[in-house]
Amino acid sequence: MNKNDMTPSHGARPKPWNNPKVRTFVFQTLALATVFWFGWTLFSNTLSNMESRGISTGFGFLDQTSGFGIIMSLIPYDSTMTYGRTFFVGLLNTLLVSAMGVVAATIIGFAVGVARLSNNWLIAKLALFYIEIIRNIPLLLQIFFWYFAVLQTLPSPRQSIDVADMFFLSNRGLYFPTADAEPGFGWVMAALVAGIAAAVFVHRWAKQRQLRTGQLFPALRVGTLLILVLPLLMFVLVGRPLVWEMPSLTGFNFTGGASIMPELAALWIALSLYTASFIAEIVRSGILAVDNGQTEAASALGLKSSFTLRLVVIPQAMRVIIPPLTSQYLNLTKNSSLATAIAYPDLVSVFMGTTLNQTGQAVEVVAITMAVYLTISLIISGLMNIYNRAVALQER
Amino acid sequence: MSLPSELPPRQDIGVIGWVRKNLFSTWYNIVLTLVAAYLVITSAGPLLNWVVLEATFTGESAADCSGEGACWLFIGQRLNFFIYGFYPDELQWRVDIMFGLLAVAFVPQFIERFPRRKWFGIFGLTGLPLIGYILIPGGWFGLEEVQSSLWGGLMLTLILAYVGILAALPIGIVLALGRRSDMPIIRGMCVVFIEVWRAVPLITVLFMASVMLPLFLPDGVNFEKLMRALIGITLWQSAYMAEVVRGGLQAIPKGQYEAASALGLGYWRKTGLVVLPQALTLVIPGIVNTFISLFKDTTLVLIIGLFDILGAVQSTITDPAWRNVTTEGYVFVAFCFWVFCFGMSRYSQNLERKLDTGHKS
Repeated sequence: MNKNDMTPSHGARPKPWNNPKVRTFVFQTLALATVFWFGWTLFSNTLSNMESRGISTGFGFLDQTSGFGIIMSLIPYDSTMTYGRTFFVGLLNTLLVSAMGVVAATIIGFAVGVARLSNNWLIAKLALFYIEIIRNIPLLLQIFFWYFAVLQTLPSPRQSIDVADMFFLSNRGLYFPTADAEPGFGWVMAALVAGIAAAVFVHRWAKQRQLRTGQLFPALRVGTLLILVLPLLMFVLVGRPLVWEMPSLTGFNFTGGASIMPELAALWIALSLYTASFIAEIVRSGILAVDNGQTEAASALGLKSSFTLRLVVIPQAMRVIIPPLTSQYLNLTKNSSLATAIAYPDLVSVFMGTTLNQTGQAVEVVAITMAVYLTISLIISGLMNIYNRAVALQER
Repeated sequence: MSLPSELPPRQDIGVIGWVRKNLFSTWYNIVLTLVAAYLVITSAGPLLNWVVLEATFTGESAADCSGEGACWLFIGQRLNFFIYGFYPDELQWRVDIMFGLLAVAFVPQFIERFPRRKWFGIFGLTGLPLIGYILIPGGWFGLEEVQSSLWGGLMLTLILAYVGILAALPIGIVLALGRRSDMPIIRGMCVVFIEVWRAVPLITVLFMASVMLPLFLPDGVNFEKLMRALIGITLWQSAYMAEVVRGGLQAIPKGQYEAASALGLGYWRKTGLVVLPQALTLVIPGIVNTFISLFKDTTLVLIIGLFDILGAVQSTITDPAWRNVTTEGYVFVAFCFWVFCFGMSRYSQNLERKLDTGHKS
């Protein structure tokens, strides 16, 4: 017998449907064809449906006059402007409430998260109480609560709650004074810039000196002082170039100053408190994720406790905290779309609500709105990936 | 000669020791404790008054609610509407049966020593929805038909969340497997599907389902509003479910895949017999967590005009016959949601601790 007889003969060659390459090709072609067929069916159905209902197609409607007013806008807007303009008004309102919410939720969330780990029993229990109650109640209900049960039951502007004759709280919103800059104010801003530059310089110099000689310099305190004192000094020097504009009651409402309307306030409070309860848990687990040995090692090296916190614990905790924190920020931005339930004019309310109702162009409007949220989400996750690469553990 | 051991100093043990250690350890803890205690005490009194002491529990009509406290009478009078919506009174036994079966299927899951509780859970995922499909809409076996536009309240909330999660589970599993597939086109399609749905808010999905879905369908085919909302919720939820399942798939050690291949199992048998059973057990806490967030999110359907429990309450608190019962209504809904969500989150936390095998990828 020959050794060659042991090798498989040509009869044992795999059948084509058992060949992984063939199978991969067939499966993918089939999947692709199904998706295309499905997409095409939807597309042709939509076209014929829209034709039979007399709905126009295309994005031409963005140039038509909108004809409806919006109660709050960051850019000049009135009802003679286009649907394209309403889109930007709504988008800016969404971004405004999201940004306000992110700031407030971060502050509250970090405070509660740290309080949760406090060695003070009462404080830790209160923080736990807050977290467990707030995060188990639907956000929409909380928005309704703040809007209908709290802010709408405030007194009318004439009986408004008045704090130091400057802040007026009523069912029309919170009115507060604004500061108008007078000519010399540019100098104050210049002084502020100079202060920041000086602080950066001091920081760099202190770091270099520390690397060279090992001596510490209170760069943070000196820098803060510089940033605060320089503009203040200039402010007094050029004769206090600011005029406060107070809100005052005329007729049934306030004029002058600026205001936060109740819709915005309710949405802001609810979004911040709700998201903060999730952020608090993220912060807690982030801090707990730093091994106790790290703190002990830092003390063994002779670092004082504030340095241990700033140089050892926080940087490591942040690595755990930041990724879920960003996804909470994204959630907050998406949740801001609940604005439509209390008629705060955000993107969904203005564009997907009123504009869609008036034009009937559902496909275009829904596509644009979804594209906006998709873009925001892609930008944030892109930034997240860059950050993750920067703070990833550098092993070897 | 040995000295008897001394007792610890009295201020370090017992109640005094505990208070010193946990409430008054440093000067700032003393300040914090005093401020917090002051706030708790000053707010607890009025709250207790409002909720219990000065509240009205019994009576006939709005006129009986005259006290300073909460008007719980309102909730009692409208409870039927808050639970069943417009479901006809004489047919509500059908919904009650479903509530009962739901309890039978899932209460054992909280009791560790309950015999055969796994089978109760499996019944909850298979038999229960089937019975519900026959019983709630009716129209079968001589049961009187009840239009879905009459459904509402807590019952509708539970249907939305339960059907949403149940329908999303198989789609999510397929998507998760697709995302981990070796085939680039299939993987790409799954990634795009998952990421798009995860990026958009549920409310845009619901809007899409209610205004765009009718345009997608061929002439003559139409779904009612509830069905459209369910389709939207399912698609949106399946993307989240896919990510949860993917987490479970990633937690299965590579050796399991390799061992299955070495035994000569093909892809489907390897996945179905070895990988998925382990992965799905691991992700039960994750599924429960997604269920909790979906359960809370179902309240959004009131924006497209369905009467879930919040929608039912929202539509009655403006009733002029009752004097300002807004807060009572919201507190009632909040309490319902809180009980469900808190219970489920405790359950998933316990399970997580038990399932932690210590070898996550």
